[in-house]
Amino acid sequence: MKKKVLTVDDSRTIRNMLLVTLNNAGFETIQAEDGVEGLEVLEGCNPDVIVTDINMPRLDGFGFIEGVRRNEKYRAVPILVLTTESDAEKKNRARQAGATGWIVKPFDPAKLIDAIERVTA
Amino acid sequence: MDMNEIKEIFFQECEEQLAELESGLLKLNDGDRDPETVNAVFRAVHSIKGGAGAFGLDDLVSFAHVFETTLDCVRSNKLEPTPDVLKVMLKSADVLADLVSASRDGGGVDESRSRGLVKELEALAHGELPSSSAHEAPKPAPKAAPAPAPVAKAETPKPTDDSGFQPIPFSFDGFGEDEEPAIEGSVYEVSFKPRRELYSKGNEAALLLRDLSRLGEMSINCDTDALPPLDKMDPEASYFGWKISIRTTKSEDDIRAVFEFAEWDCDLEVKLAEEASSDEELPMVPVPFDLSILDDSSGGEEEKGAEQGVSEETVAAAVSAAETASNVSRAARAVEKKESAAAAAAAQNNAAAAAAAAGQTIRVDLDRVDRLINLVGELVINQAMLSQSVIENDATGTSAVNMGLEELQQLTREIQDSVMAIRAQPVKPVFQRMSRIVREVADMVGKSIRLVTEGENTEVDKTVIDKIAEPLTHMIRNAVDHGIESPEKREAAGKDPEGTIKLTAKHRSGRILIELADDGAGINRERVRQKAIDNDIIAADANLSDDEIDNLIFMAGFSTADKISDISGRGVGMDVVKRSIQALGGRISISSRPGYGSTFTMSLPLTLAVLDGMVVTVAGQTLVVPLTAIVETLQPEAAAIHSFGANQRLISIRNSFCPLVDVGRVLNYRATQANPVEGVALLVESEGGGQRALMVDAIQGQRQVVIKSLEANYTHVPGIAAATILGDGRVALILDVDAVVAASRGQSMKPEMSLAATG
Repeated sequence: MKKKVLTVDDSRTIRNMLLVTLNNAGFETIQAEDGVEGLEVLEGCNPDVIVTDINMPRLDGFGFIEGVRRNEKYRAVPILVLTTESDAEKKNRARQAGATGWIVKPFDPAKLIDAIERVTA
Repeated sequence: MDMNEIKEIFFQECEEQLAELESGLLKLNDGDRDPETVNAVFRAVHSIKGGAGAFGLDDLVSFAHVFETTLDCVRSNKLEPTPDVLKVMLKSADVLADLVSASRDGGGVDESRSRGLVKELEALAHGELPSSSAHEAPKPAPKAAPAPAPVAKAETPKPTDDSGFQPIPFSFDGFGEDEEPAIEGSVYEVSFKPRRELYSKGNEAALLLRDLSRLGEMSINCDTDALPPLDKMDPEASYFGWKISIRTTKSEDDIRAVFEFAEWDCDLEVKLAEEASSDEELPMVPVPFDLSILDDSSGGEEEKGAEQGVSEETVAAAVSAAETASNVSRAARAVEKKESAAAAAAAQNNAAAAAAAAGQTIRVDLDRVDRLINLVGELVINQAMLSQSVIENDATGTSAVNMGLEELQQLTREIQDSVMAIRAQPVKPVFQRMSRIVREVADMVGKSIRLVTEGENTEVDKTVIDKIAEPLTHMIRNAVDHGIESPEKREAAGKDPEGTIKLTAKHRSGRILIELADDGAGINRERVRQKAIDNDIIAADANLSDDEIDNLIFMAGFSTADKISDISGRGVGMDVVKRSIQALGGRISISSRPGYGSTFTMSLPLTLAVLDGMVVTVAGQTLVVPLTAIVETLQPEAAAIHSFGANQRLISIRNSFCPLVDVGRVLNYRATQANPVEGVALLVESEGGGQRALMVDAIQGQRQVVIKSLEANYTHVPGIAAATILGDGRVALILDVDAVVAASRGQSMKPEMSLAATG
């Protein structure tokens, strides 16, 4: 069975890149455009891993991660933060919110797949 | 989809982000202090940077990074968005836009400008106020932002101490591998004890161990001492620790990198046990660790299984995990599989619903839309031709064919409207471009001007949008350069030293109306008049109304600027603006109040593809008059016709007189004026606001016609706007009402009509 990845990113460019990269790597990809939509889509899509951006309208990545971790059903799903923020403060906040790991942009397909492999069985 | 397509999407998105950025900055400039506005501005730059990084557009990335850093200071309230600060930011937005277009189309950018702005932005981020406000009392210096570093390099993970890292003393003598004593590399002792947070954040000890095993050959010992009796066990707690001995050619950093995501949520110790291989006996028996179970697709781990609320039996199974890891995983996996099977059906439904709820837009290549529009245009013509031939051959008009045709006509009409709607776009992007021009030109001439826009969401055909940008740019430059006075003059006149230019768009009876109003000095009629006389545009004794004088600025070869300035005097006058507006089937006029400013009004068709027209006959020719120009049609009576001067005639309509224009005469279809009583008068409103009665011989009917450009296929013909193909396959010319009215006006407007009767 294909592994299912939920991506949450407001940038159309990044969404497309994620889609192409993940599909090429044999993942099933479900996409959301911000944290609010991410939480909506989460219900019922049962992802194996979530990849999320931090800076997003409506509900940012921190809020989204907290939302997932509060969800009885999905709180154990690994969440990777995809972000250009390399400074410790943002990383720290993401961790406190419950992020499993992170991928530092610029977007590199190999790095992304590698990180996903690391947190999924 | 390949990378080039994604890059194309990136640039499209950049355009949107840049628009968002600019409108956000302008909102801040207007005093908006909504945190969401600041966030949106930040996100715009951030997104551009993110995408640019992925495509290796380094110039763009590094500028966006500096910009972003400064915006982050605003976002975190370290930097007050004062007008001076915003000025720098707006300029930075302009440079960012330049960098985006340079990345897309190649070409260079003004490097000194961008370097200067980088310095200004960095200074702002470090709490220095912009130079123009240096004389103000210094504010408490905002906390310095991190110095902009070259953007986001791949991290080299280093263990940090801020997790409260407590090394567990662990002594271990080196051991060797019995089977392959000659193996290369060093042996490291790794002690790894996860805390419960590690699991609650979705990390998994087994996966980390799996990753570690890829670095070399290892033996694992699980420490189960902390495991409480079942009845005391917390299913989400972490009870196990692992001691790993690994022989690897990799460095200690590589080993720690495996735990990069987990390092804050576990106790981890890595130390070098021996440099070289050794034949010593193992001090403890390694437990074989069956990693193959982890390569299975679904993630089955004891903690995860427990978290998801499985039965006590499963928990019990989990307890025995220490000894029989593989059994446990299978049990947990079985539980999970059941769950996921149940969720699978629902998942599909929900996913579909979610997809439907998400943004309902698609992006289509413009060429495809254009082709569709062309085809629909042909369809409309074809349908009209078909209707006509059926009508000609079927006098009864009640047959099923006729009924079907009527439906077909309705359908084609609907298709056409729908296709046109695809091309409709808000004028917002063009308006936004104008604010940059106002900024730049105002800076150059040392004026302070704000641009207010209204009705940016008014939609109009894309081709119209593309084509109004240039004349609008010119008019804006003109308004800034000539319209608005210098701050000193304004203050002397008791006005706000900051000038205002207002750009408005709205729909008005099937057309789009764009108004450009400035609160400057207005038209200096004395000077305009004098200039017109000097330039031989009007006779010295011409008696002109204020309105007519104002409209003189649209005449060719007219420029009111005493000296030709760099900004608006590039040999292009308002006449060129007027001509390009007219080429779009539009009209432009000006109204001005001395001391209060001028207002330019442009009226443009919503689409350049079709037109509602009245088909008329003039001297045996079939012409189409745009319906939008026609106010009413009437049958003149002899008593209503009055002669005026040598060959002017007036018609009296409801007690007012209106000049009568013989279209056939103006277009040189005939040498003498036709008898008005035998024809039909079309009352039209021309751009100057005055009404004229156009004389035609007969009205054939009213229909929607597809516009075929005459200029593209032939050449510009004065008095004719375009051509079309009628239902019977004949070509008809579309009348340029304003040009015809202007040509009829007489001596002041040198008529240049010389249209030979076209066949």
